[in-house]
Amino acid sequence: MSTTSTRSAPSRRSFLGAVVLAPFAGAALSACGTSGPGSSAADAVATEWYLSGDPSETITKNGVAAFNEANPDQTIGLTFFQNDAYKTKIKTAIGAGQAPTIIYGWGGGTLRSYVEAGQVDDLTGWFDANPDVRSRLLESSFGPATVDGKIYALPNETVTPIVFFYNKALFEQVGAQPPQTWDDLLALVPVFNDAGIAPLALGGQSRWTSMMWLEYLYDRIGGPELFTSIYDGEPDAWSAPASLEALGKVQELVAAGGFITGFESITADSNADQALLYTGRAAMMLHGAWTYGSMKADGGDFVSGGSLGWLPFPTVAGGTGDPSNAVGNPGQYMSIFTPAEQTAKDAALQYFADGIMADDVLQAYIDAGNVPIANGIEDRLAASDDAEWLQFVYTTASGAQTFTQSWDQALSPSTAEALLTNIEQLFSRAISPEQFATAMNATLEK
Amino acid sequence: MTTTAATRTAASRAPAGGASEHRSVKTGSVAWMAIPAVAFFVLFGAVPLIGTLVLSFTQWDGIGAIQWLGGGNWVSIMTDPVMYKALGLTFGIMIFSWLVQTPISLLLGVFTAGTQKYRAFLAVLYFLPLLMSAAAISIAYKALLDPNFGLAASLGIPFLIQNWLGDPTLVLFVVIFVLSWMYVPFHSLLYQGGVQQIPRSMYEAASIDGAGTVRQFFSITLPQLKYTIITSSTLMVVGSMTAFDLIFVLTGGGPGNSTRVLALDMYLRGFRANQMGPASAIAVLIVLIGLGLALFLRRLGGKDANSSQMEGL
Repeated sequence: MSTTSTRSAPSRRSFLGAVVLAPFAGAALSACGTSGPGSSAADAVATEWYLSGDPSETITKNGVAAFNEANPDQTIGLTFFQNDAYKTKIKTAIGAGQAPTIIYGWGGGTLRSYVEAGQVDDLTGWFDANPDVRSRLLESSFGPATVDGKIYALPNETVTPIVFFYNKALFEQVGAQPPQTWDDLLALVPVFNDAGIAPLALGGQSRWTSMMWLEYLYDRIGGPELFTSIYDGEPDAWSAPASLEALGKVQELVAAGGFITGFESITADSNADQALLYTGRAAMMLHGAWTYGSMKADGGDFVSGGSLGWLPFPTVAGGTGDPSNAVGNPGQYMSIFTPAEQTAKDAALQYFADGIMADDVLQAYIDAGNVPIANGIEDRLAASDDAEWLQFVYTTASGAQTFTQSWDQALSPSTAEALLTNIEQLFSRAISPEQFATAMNATLEK
Repeated sequence: MTTTAATRTAASRAPAGGASEHRSVKTGSVAWMAIPAVAFFVLFGAVPLIGTLVLSFTQWDGIGAIQWLGGGNWVSIMTDPVMYKALGLTFGIMIFSWLVQTPISLLLGVFTAGTQKYRAFLAVLYFLPLLMSAAAISIAYKALLDPNFGLAASLGIPFLIQNWLGDPTLVLFVVIFVLSWMYVPFHSLLYQGGVQQIPRSMYEAASIDGAGTVRQFFSITLPQLKYTIITSSTLMVVGSMTAFDLIFVLTGGGPGNSTRVLALDMYLRGFRANQMGPASAIAVLIVLIGLGLALFLRRLGGKDANSSQMEGL
């Protein structure tokens, strides 16, 4: 029985691949150039779905093309999907047994759900057999790949901590210093409001943008242990004193007019929040490191002219979290789909070892203003045009005592959905910190 | 006039019937022609519906194995305040959309069915939203409503700078407005067709009797459009039950749960929170309510819903 099902699966999969890939065939062929039709996704030994959108789309496409040329017997076939569409599609495909060999994701709670369903391979043994692969990667990136002590995914690509950005020109205009502490930040709120400038940009409609504030406040006030207790599902973890304090502090900032008026209507997917910072309408913004590239591209001379400043998140008086702690995305993650054929798995693992974090790929990420999750790249970062920024990100990521993964990725999908809904209500002050804690405590029991 | 005559003869002949063998031949051929439609309905309508019903009694995260649960999902959604809020919102949006859309579509339909100057040109403008997908409309409105870079800020109209998508009350009106903007053209088209079916002789007779335009509208146009109104209302009401795409892209159900209508609640539970069981239970609920409403609206048309409105012509 099992042989029949595994035999029929790839044919359907490759058919699907061919159908989905048809529009991309032209692009794939031009990218592959000399390698010819043999490397198209339909004929590839292993398949991978990846996200559309540059710079990572082009970097991955080139990386795979180079790998396929060097390994004509173990080719990887790529198919690209838009981010949100991918997240839904991959879940459905895994449930239906039609997923690609390589499952791309963000680790954490979603990976755990795949592991519990027995859909992804345990890679612990493979990492033990290939110690050089592991030693090349930042150790902090392995946390979200690990479920119950076993590694189920290869961390790859870039590390993107959440960074506190500010507009240097606006700080000069009002004669203020960037905030080092939470009290500094609160004191800056009336200064900027009086000058007709919004203190903080926030794309509140996207919800996870508001979540980043809580992630840092929880860490600064209660230390990483606070979120760990939530992650472990300890009863009433959300109503711990440090948790309530952090929730109260956020509402205090909202009430003081810290965030731009109408932030609840602003979306992050249109980059309107970043535009507020680089057009000088807002003085500060807490956002992912990935926004550096888009602000550089869209903000005119804002970044190249040196107006963009960045800082670690302010400390909170009396808080127990180490100031070096960071939150964000420690990396992206690739797993092996368990029902895939062994030859496909072998090709995928070969790609994991040689292709995915090849030198050219690392360099391409650095050139695009990103920090790959590789050890020993300090010299290359220093040689880049964006050296100052890249070194800051690298130091933040590698020097963090604890690097907490974004909550909506770390928690289970159902908890994450409840969290985002409650955060939105917390920020619009529709619910109190106590109501927030009660609502979220209910998710811990499940 | 020839159409009127044809309608009358058809109407008068139908109840008389008499030719039973003639009818049986007809039924046979109709049943044969229905096979493709029935096959499609069973394959893509009935089978998934039964599957959903079965899933509503199971526990499944969409990834792993499906486990039998019994009535647990039904108990949990029937005691969930989020579901009741979604149900209330769905009915609220349904009623408000109907109240906004019906008069506008009716008047636009009557207007575009007339013979005024520039009518055809204006009609094309009115029907323009029909050409756009819900997702495109939502994304466009999201950009237009942005408080800092949107339409109001660009044109410098302070009154229009509101927290359109962030205020829990305001956002409902935004949703109803955008829904209406999108669907009014379609319903206008229905009414336009309906008005053009009304025999001109009725208006001629009315004007001889001294009825003005307003009186003609209420005494002839509106009664004659009875079935068009029922059709259009059924589409609006059942459409509101399943309204998803536009709201999903425009607000995602937010802020908080302010626009989380039933269809969105189903999607978010199933595909975001990976709880296929409760999501399926809500899907079944939507089907039941939608069917109930459609049957109710059909009843409104009277028992003799297929009878003629043309008596005396």
